Amino acid sequence: MVQYPKSRIAFEQALLSLDRLSANTILREASEADSPIKAVEQLVVPALERIGNGWENGSVALSQVYMSGRICEELVDEILPPGDPQRIDQPKIAIATLEDYHVLGKRIVFATLRASGLELLDFGHGMSAESLAKRSAEERVQVLLISTLMLRSALQVKEVVRLLRASGSETRVVVGGAPFSFDEDLWKAVGADAMCHYASEAIDAIARVMEVTS
Amino acid sequence: MSAAEPTSMERVLTALGHREADRVPFLINASLHGAKWLGLSLKEYFSRPENVVEAQLRVREKYRHDFVMGFFYGAVDFEAWGAEVVFYDDGPPNSGEPFIKSFEQIDTLEPPVVSEAPCLRKVLRAIELLREKVRDEVPILGVVISPFSLPVMQMGFEKYIDLIYESPRHFDRLMAVNERFSFDWANAQIGAGATAIVYFDPVSSPTVLPREIFLDKGDPIMRRAVAKVTGPIISHMASGRCIPIIDDLAGSGIAGIGVSALENLGEIKAACRGKLAVVGNLNAIEMRHWTAADAEARVKDAIAAAGPGGGYVLSDNHGEIPLQVPEETLMAISDAVHKWGRYPLDWIENGG
Repeated sequence: MVQYPKSRIAFEQALLSLDRLSANTILREASEADSPIKAVEQLVVPALERIGNGWENGSVALSQVYMSGRICEELVDEILPPGDPQRIDQPKIAIATLEDYHVLGKRIVFATLRASGLELLDFGHGMSAESLAKRSAEERVQVLLISTLMLRSALQVKEVVRLLRASGSETRVVVGGAPFSFDEDLWKAVGADAMCHYASEAIDAIARVMEVTS
Repeated sequence: MSAAEPTSMERVLTALGHREADRVPFLINASLHGAKWLGLSLKEYFSRPENVVEAQLRVREKYRHDFVMGFFYGAVDFEAWGAEVVFYDDGPPNSGEPFIKSFEQIDTLEPPVVSEAPCLRKVLRAIELLREKVRDEVPILGVVISPFSLPVMQMGFEKYIDLIYESPRHFDRLMAVNERFSFDWANAQIGAGATAIVYFDPVSSPTVLPREIFLDKGDPIMRRAVAKVTGPIISHMASGRCIPIIDDLAGSGIAGIGVSALENLGEIKAACRGKLAVVGNLNAIEMRHWTAADAEARVKDAIAAAGPGGGYVLSDNHGEIPLQVPEETLMAISDAVHKWGRYPLDWIENGG
């Protein structure tokens, strides 16, 4: 039987100190003793949640959030390979960086969600509001995650939402990035359905906006 | 202006010396608003140094603040390497596609020559013209992106973090190249007439890297900047946190620090008192929907937290005020500093 509370602390410490080997050992032991998806739910998701929360309150650095997500994504890919039936592919999720080349936020969210067992599409970066809305509609995306760094790009989310609604799409839009953290009301002003301060908040946000839809 | 009133230069120098002047000096970073007044697109505006000079002088006249900026846009330090900058009509120019695609490319990378980069020459000319206009009465701020933070634009943030953790040899080589560029660039601005250099260094912030990595990598670079740049340096975390590294920053020899709205200004001031001047930290993103009363209240809070004893320059927290912030709000900020920033700040003790 896996002692999850104890393993969780050790796993989180391994991630923060970039000790991939120890993180791998802890996750593999849990996965073999329990199941891969259970190990992900009990170890990876809470560890990334705590690390993300640590960044939000200033006790953890962005580089540690990024490296933790990357390590977890690699480790989880080994125990839950892409296409594994235990992976969660509903609702259909996509992520993109609007307008610019500042892609770190998107990369962290992408890694965090994949490390949490979710599948999602990466639409890339530098997308205009038009191209993002069009592709989301074409791919029948149910939840669109939009990452921005600049205020100007954050304000462009309003246009994405307008175009989505004009085309009859019910795609839910979840936003994140610095402008939304510095102005807690901005996500509502641009018509998004939810906002995340840090990557692992996206898991709950996705569930929340899908509840509203259903 | 009364005969007894100090110049902005005197006011700012007094504050940087951790003493109280006649009032709290302040900086309204509204260069983009100035462009709008000239009726130019931002691309046109930044194409001629004379435009920037005129806008800077108009912004200072309108908001009665204590600085003029030689700053055009952050991505100019990236453009100098022959890289693409993307212009918009409603926001600052942004860095385009990173040009370092692999670590190996760093082996042969050479810095641009400052005097040969047209985009930098325009900035230098603007500083020269500003110096002619304001003489020694107003401080002119030059800006460089620190060698330690420039790679975010040069290679992308993700790849840069990979570099920091995984390839010390390439990291050292990139820093050596970037230092040659950034320090030359800073000194050229001082030579053109800048009073001080704002050293944008968000990667050194504990928001981005753990303190131990900053101490190992960013801090030595900052110390070399202090040694090699021929004017005072104000480090700016561009909205990142700083409290955990304030003592380290103070030990590096910089004159001041631009701080974030994410941290308590009173705590920052207490940690910096007598060691580092504090610049900040009005939330420039939230400012978009402040009323005049909000602006006055935020200014009062900031002055109460950081004004006593000097060592404080009121400003926004990021280094640039978005175009979407109404001019009335900027005017309300200015009015509030002129009203509540007069030393002695007796109203704080009196519960004003």
